Amino acid sequence: MEELVKYKSKDFESDQEVRWCPGCDDYVILRAMQRALPDMGKKKEDIVFISGIGCSSRFPYYVETYGMHSIHGRAPAIATGVKLANPDLSVWVITGDGDSLAIGGNHFIHLIRRNVNLNLILFNNEIYGLTKGQFSPTSAMGLKTKSSPFGSVQKPFSAGELAMGANTRYFARIAGNNPKAMTKLFVEAEKFEGTSIIEVLQNCVIFNDGVFDKFLDKEHRNTAQITVEHGKPMLFGKENEYGLVLNGLKLEVATIGENGITEVDILVHDAKEEDKTLHQMLISLQNPIVFGVIRAIEDVTFDQSIHHQIAEAKENASVKNIDDLLFSGETYEVE
Amino acid sequence: MSTKGTKILDSVVVRFVGDSGDGMQLTGSEFANTSALFGNDVSTFPNFPAEIRAPQGSVYGVSGFQVQIGNNEVNTAGDAVDVLVAMNPAALKTNLESLPKGKILIIDTDSFNKKNILKAGYEHNPLESDMLEDYRLVEAPITALTKENLKDSGLGNKDVLRSKNMFALGIVFWLFNRSMEHTFQFLKEKFKNKPEIADANILNLKAGFHYGETIELLPESYTVSPAKLAKGTYRIITGNKALSWGFIAAANKAKLPLFLGSYPITPASDILHELSKHKALDVTTFQAEDEIAGVGAAIGASFAGNLAITTTSGPGMALKAEAVGLAMMTELPLVIVNIQRGGPSTGLPTKTEQSDLLQVMYGRNGESPVIVLAASTSANCYDWAYEAAKLSLENMTPVILLSDGYIANGSAPWRLRKLAEMAEINIPFAKAGKENYLPYERDENLVREWAIPGMKGLEHRLGGLEKAENTGAVSYHPENHQRMVEIRAEKISKLAQRIPDLTLEGAEDAELLVIGWGGTYGSLHTAVKRTNAQGKKIAYAHFNYINPMPKNTAEILSKYPKILVAELNLGQMVKIFRDRFPENKFLQYNKVQGMPFTVEELMCTFEDLLKQ
Repeated sequence: MEELVKYKSKDFESDQEVRWCPGCDDYVILRAMQRALPDMGKKKEDIVFISGIGCSSRFPYYVETYGMHSIHGRAPAIATGVKLANPDLSVWVITGDGDSLAIGGNHFIHLIRRNVNLNLILFNNEIYGLTKGQFSPTSAMGLKTKSSPFGSVQKPFSAGELAMGANTRYFARIAGNNPKAMTKLFVEAEKFEGTSIIEVLQNCVIFNDGVFDKFLDKEHRNTAQITVEHGKPMLFGKENEYGLVLNGLKLEVATIGENGITEVDILVHDAKEEDKTLHQMLISLQNPIVFGVIRAIEDVTFDQSIHHQIAEAKENASVKNIDDLLFSGETYEVE
Repeated sequence: MSTKGTKILDSVVVRFVGDSGDGMQLTGSEFANTSALFGNDVSTFPNFPAEIRAPQGSVYGVSGFQVQIGNNEVNTAGDAVDVLVAMNPAALKTNLESLPKGKILIIDTDSFNKKNILKAGYEHNPLESDMLEDYRLVEAPITALTKENLKDSGLGNKDVLRSKNMFALGIVFWLFNRSMEHTFQFLKEKFKNKPEIADANILNLKAGFHYGETIELLPESYTVSPAKLAKGTYRIITGNKALSWGFIAAANKAKLPLFLGSYPITPASDILHELSKHKALDVTTFQAEDEIAGVGAAIGASFAGNLAITTTSGPGMALKAEAVGLAMMTELPLVIVNIQRGGPSTGLPTKTEQSDLLQVMYGRNGESPVIVLAASTSANCYDWAYEAAKLSLENMTPVILLSDGYIANGSAPWRLRKLAEMAEINIPFAKAGKENYLPYERDENLVREWAIPGMKGLEHRLGGLEKAENTGAVSYHPENHQRMVEIRAEKISKLAQRIPDLTLEGAEDAELLVIGWGGTYGSLHTAVKRTNAQGKKIAYAHFNYINPMPKNTAEILSKYPKILVAELNLGQMVKIFRDRFPENKFLQYNKVQGMPFTVEELMCTFEDLLKQ
């Protein structure tokens, strides 16, 4: 076994100048990834980033690994091909809300359905950035953009709910302004066997600035967001004074010490629960919004299944090469 | 054997027609395979509707299988039919015009009931009129005889009636003095889990044969002697199967796994089916969520070092266009197979046409040249798949391989060659650990080196954005863009120097040169040969390399005052010729009926031109 090189974050910086707008969360995500990569225990040459089209999709140019900046919406399909061709690679899909939920919606759901063992980072800024500011499939109703000067009349959908509909085995959400937690999350997601979907709420400073302030700014961050951890009670607030409880079929916020609520009444997060009900509620919750690994169910992966069938076929085959195949079955001689 | 005489024929065309559930495809293939084993050259033409089981007895539910067998080379499934087997009135109605007067017509009289006669659009029972009196009509109560023959089989009525086709095949086997042995074996194998069905079919096949013999249906039976084919081991193969195997061969030779990303579409799906069987030969097949994902996954697999292919037909080709552009821009090897069918739009899914040529040549955004090849016979689909893979890998470029519904579903004898006899495939892999690997540095043929993930020290990024020469870094520089566009074009055009020259058939000193491409070879070759045999001179050039064209093309064209381009579209190849060789004048002959050229129509066209 070849000794694994101990990489530094700098080893993953390419020679290309980063060209995002100053102040964009994309810089945070890139730095977090460059910090996470040395901790993944993977050789540099065994890592591949595949992106679609959009601001986020320039990402592979800036990471010193193998990579491809492909075509709009199709990165999940291309990445599936990469992973099937060589299951030993660590494969990452970099995409945005327009790329993977509009033009690439079909590939996004089928990637999840098949459970290909790769990681997908969805940069969700609720806007089209590179085409200069049109509403996206996640933009709020009423959002005024260049293509919706009177306010968007299209209803948005949630990336998490869509992923759940496709039976995702792994879903995590993280704030675009939280590099430390992001680095940790990327390393964990890489270790997860199956399609890891990571939604980053990424602020676009130019076309949709402040869209996530209602969760993330100073005023709200203690009360409007919760970070869940497997096996721990779902508490939040400056002093962990709030927690999530079930009231009938609804998830509600309770205050510790009020109405006789104590910490034992607070729901404990189980990311490995097969039943989707609670995960679905956590994904849909808006106040507070839920960050962290919401769902992580280990299951057989598509690439494993494919290669298992190939290995089994090889073992049992009487036809072992093309010559065997040509001369097998019904042939006849002409003298 | 019949007690009557046996007449020897040079070639014969048999067409089996019935409801799409009547098993006509199987019946026809068995007659073809048996004849091939006997030593005949054969060519087949399955012709079936797009609907899986159209309403019984309807004219649009008629499915047919035509076979030509011969004691000399057979290159088409034949124009005029010598023996027509019609299992119901609708089959008779839709096929009688292909049967010249005086030829043999075998009919299941039991199917000519009032309901079926009306469904076929006849006002009166054709058997009770004089409309069939000019044919050598064999009226066989096939349904009743089948029921009687299998009354003790223990099978239900549905299964009993399903073996009607074997009775008909039995009659035809008797008519041509063919052995039933192959079909016995075939049925035993096909129904190995249902031996009672195999037995019933065998019994009914024999019954048909003995019926022919006993009641002396016709005053004589016929035979077609073995053809003089080149010595060797043969098998009967369809175009799509040959194509699938050609890719496996190329992958084996190149020592790469084969990856197919595909989405089901007629008439290309058989390649997906065939390759899905051969996982043991290092084949990964991925049935994707759509056409774009099919080609996308193939591009990913290519990036990761597989021999990657995607298969489709016209409508799917349109959907894949953007991705083909990406493969062209990134300069990754990729073979895109387009089994052409009748277009436009959904068109005629199960019929043949050559109308995607301009789409594959020019149907992408930007300056996007790729290699375009076309297979020309069912058997040579193997060679062209192999060549497509070889050129793609060696030149780091997408290759579009055209086939069509006719050669894809048709079958013919194919002489087998071991992998050792196939050309070497030399892949321009970069060496792992190479210092300063530049992904877009090129060799004398303008081909870049291929570094795949897992190769240490060669990490690099590809993409659809324009790239700087050599380094591949994103570049919007005006002069660099012009240079890169020209390099990509030159890379393809330079290949003309390394592909074989165009060769001529027929009379080289003729006034008239006929040009064809792709799947029309059989009809054109036969028509040219027969015309020359009549003492009228025609030269013939057939194109398999379409982009680039062989380097001697202009020189050949310059020798002929009259040039005719014949193709199954409204004139697509001829447009390319007019563009590339404006010094020549091109005539055109076109047909868009979802059917191959007949030899007769081509000969008439040639004759008219020779007179002018």
